[in-house]
Amino acid sequence: MAVLRGDIELAGLTKSYDGVHTVVQGINLKIPDGAYCCFLGPSGCGKTTILRMIAGHEDPTDGEILIGGENVVGLPPVTRGTAMMFQSYALFPHLSVRDNVAFALRIRGLSKADRYRKTDAMLEKVRLSELADRLPAQLSGGQQQRVALARAAITEPRVLLLDEPLSALDEQLRVRMRLELQRMQRDLGITFVHVTHSQLEAIALADMVVVMDRGEIKQAGPARDVYAAPRDRYVAEFLGGQNVFSGRVDAIKDNLVSFAAPQMKHVAVPAGSSRVGKGDIIDVAVRRDDVDLIRPGIDLAPDTSSLASRVLAVEYQGNFVKVMLDATGEDEFVAYVPERVFFRDPYTIGDVVQATWPCHLARLLAKTTSPTA
Amino acid sequence: MRVSRSTISWLYVSPLMFVLIPFFVLPILVVLVASVFETDGFGGLIPTFTLANYATVLTSGLTFNLYLATVKFTVLTWFFTLLLGFFVAYFLVFHVRNPLLAIGLFLICTVPFWTSNIIRMISWIPLLGKEGLINSALLRIGLIREPLEFLLYSGFAVVVAYVHQLTIFMIVPIFNSMARIDKRVVEAAIDAGASRFDIMRLIIVPLSKSGIALGSIFVASIVMGDFFVTKVMSGGGSASVVSAFYEDISVLQYPGAAASAIVLTVVLLAMVALILRTVDIRKEITR
Repeated sequence: MAVLRGDIELAGLTKSYDGVHTVVQGINLKIPDGAYCCFLGPSGCGKTTILRMIAGHEDPTDGEILIGGENVVGLPPVTRGTAMMFQSYALFPHLSVRDNVAFALRIRGLSKADRYRKTDAMLEKVRLSELADRLPAQLSGGQQQRVALARAAITEPRVLLLDEPLSALDEQLRVRMRLELQRMQRDLGITFVHVTHSQLEAIALADMVVVMDRGEIKQAGPARDVYAAPRDRYVAEFLGGQNVFSGRVDAIKDNLVSFAAPQMKHVAVPAGSSRVGKGDIIDVAVRRDDVDLIRPGIDLAPDTSSLASRVLAVEYQGNFVKVMLDATGEDEFVAYVPERVFFRDPYTIGDVVQATWPCHLARLLAKTTSPTA
Repeated sequence: MRVSRSTISWLYVSPLMFVLIPFFVLPILVVLVASVFETDGFGGLIPTFTLANYATVLTSGLTFNLYLATVKFTVLTWFFTLLLGFFVAYFLVFHVRNPLLAIGLFLICTVPFWTSNIIRMISWIPLLGKEGLINSALLRIGLIREPLEFLLYSGFAVVVAYVHQLTIFMIVPIFNSMARIDKRVVEAAIDAGASRFDIMRLIIVPLSKSGIALGSIFVASIVMGDFFVTKVMSGGGSASVVSAFYEDISVLQYPGAAASAIVLTVVLLAMVALILRTVDIRKEITR
C-alpha cells in the first residue's frame, strides 16, 4: 500500500450554520505531513468546527479541504483517512475496552481473532493490557483518554484529530497525558490536529500553533514564534507572558519609535518594517521575563527603556517572582523576576521602582486600534 | 429533636407504602386467602384450607389453551409494538434535528389517548368491518370479490387494537433511553466507518436495551392482564386468561377465580423476572 501523505490544506474554508453568522470565515492554512498542529482559541472561535469539517462530521459552507493533496469535501469520514478523538472521549459505554478499540476493525469485517490480535497490540502500546475487559465507566479519566486514543489510532489514520483531549482531566494528569500524546505522535508519525483553549497545552505540544479568534486565524506558526513574536495584541494577550500597552507615537528617529505621553518618555521601540506615523496609537509588547526592576536613581544603560511605577502586588511562584506594577495605567504590567535576583533586594507593595528592558526586545504589534479611537 | 437515620429512611418510603399497602398488598392478600377457601356454590366462602381450586385450574386443559391464546396475542402485540415503538423513537431522537419539533411529534403520538379505550376500539369497526372502508375500497378496485372476513372480530383485529393501544408504552421508555445516548458516541461510530445499520445494531439497540425491556414489561403485563379488547375485537370468538376468571366471578365462583388470578400473577412475575434477567435495568439506568 502506498504511504498516504497526511498534509492538510484548508482553502477559503467557511462555515455558517444559519446563513447569517459565519463561525469560520475563509480560513487558509497548510499543515505539513507529520506535524503536531494546535488550534488555539477561546470557546466559540470556530476551532472545533474546523476540526469537525476536517473529520467530515460537518460540511463546509464554502472552501476546500485537501488531505494528502486530495479534496475530501463531501467524502464520508472513513474514506478520508482521518480519525477523531472526541471531547470527553465518547467511548461506547456498553463495550469493554478491548471491544471499544476493536470497533472499527469489527466494522471492517475482520474476524474476531484478527481484530483482537491487533487490538491487544494497540492496548499494549497505550499500556492498557490489564484493563482490556473493563467497561469505560470503570476507568479513570486518564485511562479513558488512552482508550480513546487507541480507538482512534487502530485504523492507522494519516491524520488524527483531537477535540479538547485533555480538558476533562485534572491538572497533574493533564501534564502526564500531554507527554503521552507527544509520544504517540512520534510513534505513529502521523499528523495530529489538536484543538484546545489552553495556551500552555498548545505551546508545550505543537510544532505549529494556530491562534484563532471569531472564525479567523490571527497567527499561525511554530510555537516559539507565536509565543515570542505575537503579531497583535490579541495573540500576545491570549498566549500570555507579555506586557502589552499602547501609546501615541511622537516621533520616529533611527528606526526607533518614541511616545508622546510624559510617563513614556523613556520608552523607545524598534519600528521594524511596520509603517507607523506620528500621532498613531500603537500597541507594544514586552516579554514579562525581559523586564528588570531597578531602584529609582540608578543610572540606566543606553538603549534601555524604562517606566517609573509602583509595586501593586508580589506573588511568589517558586522559580520566579511575579511582580505586578502600575506602570501602564489600565493595562496589566508584570515583571517575572528570577527568584534569586528578587530576594537579593526584595520589593514590597508600594515601593517605587523602574521597570526597564533593552529597547530592542520590545516589539511593535500590528494595529488593532485606529488612531481616532 | 433528633431523628434516627432509619426513621428518616422509613419516612422517605412512606408515601409509596401508603399507596402500595392498601391498593396492592391488601387486595392481593385477600385474593390469596380466597384462593385457598372452599366455596358454598352461591358466592359464600367457607374458611377451610384447600388446594382444590389450584388443582382444578392447573389440571384443566382449558387453562392451557387459554394461556396459549393469551401468550399468542402477547407475543404478536409485543413484536409489532416493539417494531413500531423502536422506529418511531429512533426517528424522533436521531432524525428530528429540532428538539421542539421532536417534542411536538412526541405529543402527537399521545393523541389517541385523548379518547377513551372503548371509543378507540369502536372506531375500528367502520374501518375493518364487513362493509367497512378497507373492504369496500378493495371491492371497488376489484382486488377481492368477497369482503375479507378476518379483518374484524378476529385474532387479527385483536392484535390491531392492542398494537394501536400499546405502541405508546413502547415509544416512551425507548425514546427515553435513546435520548440519553450521547450523540458523540454515534459520531464516533461513524468515524470508525459504521454504516447506519451497523450503528443501529451495535450502538443504538444495545444502548436502548433498558427502554426496550421496560416497554416489553408494560406491553406484556397489560396484554396478559386484559380481557376486554380480546372480547370486543374478537367478537367473542377468542377468550383470554382473564376473561375466563371474569366468567367465574360472574357465576360467583370466587375461590376458583382467585386461584386463576394468583396463577396469572405468578406467570407474569416469572415473565418480568425473565426480562429483567436478560437486561439489568438498574445497571443500565445508573450507567
